[in-house]
Amino acid sequence: MAERPEDLNLPNAVITRIIKEALPDGVNVSKEARRAISQAASVFVLYATSCANNFAMKAKRKTLNAGDVMSAMEEMEFERFLQPLREALEAYKKGQKGKKEASEQKRKDKEKKSSSTDENDKSRDEEEDEHMDDEQ
Amino acid sequence: MSEKTMEEKVEQATNSKNVSLPMSRVRLIMKSSPDVSCINQDALFLTTKATELFVQHLALSSYKNGSGKETNTLSYSDLANAAEETETFQFLTDILPKKILARDYLKSLEEMKKDDDSL
Repeated sequence: MAERPEDLNLPNAVITRIIKEALPDGVNVSKEARRAISQAASVFVLYATSCANNFAMKAKRKTLNAGDVMSAMEEMEFERFLQPLREALEAYKKGQKGKKEASEQKRKDKEKKSSSTDENDKSRDEEEDEHMDDEQ
Repeated sequence: MSEKTMEEKVEQATNSKNVSLPMSRVRLIMKSSPDVSCINQDALFLTTKATELFVQHLALSSYKNGSGKETNTLSYSDLANAAEETETFQFLTDILPKKILARDYLKSLEEMKKDDDSL
């Protein structure tokens, strides 16, 4: 599948929704403005990525991490985002952990049914750094 | 911890949407940046979330700052003005240039030519 230029844009429907939710009720947004904001958002991603990558390279790391993104926000003078980002990240991590624990639990239950071996002794703290493997 | 509590937790996590923008698309854009090799999942989430916050911030600031209040519409020129006037949006001036009338542009070209001729 070839990478077309359109693929570097964000979905219009979602962008429109976010804009509408941010503005007071009843305010219209011109088509041109919507398109422009969408493009601005893509540029923002690139700028933030490049900035975050500088921090990662300074620390001699090849993987961009959460701290790099936060540092990038500060660098770009978007300190107003820092607190909401921290809170969102916490909620996200909890959600990820919950999902993992749930699928672990499901797996254990399945195995319990198929065999009579008691697996409850297995500890659960191996999931700590597992999320790092997910990136592709 | 009983099974029920675990199920409830998962319900909550999957129902409450953390982000609206698709992280896969954001990752695509991030990967197009040179020198970027690997992106940690949390970093991807934060970038996606930050982009949403940015869209809200850009839209609202441009609207407040612009003349849209009278017409009750957020227009392109509101955005272009915000890019020029607000420091944090300066990086957008290239993609959100202010528009000028064609005749004004042609006029300025003419004047430039006159200056060259007089040299």
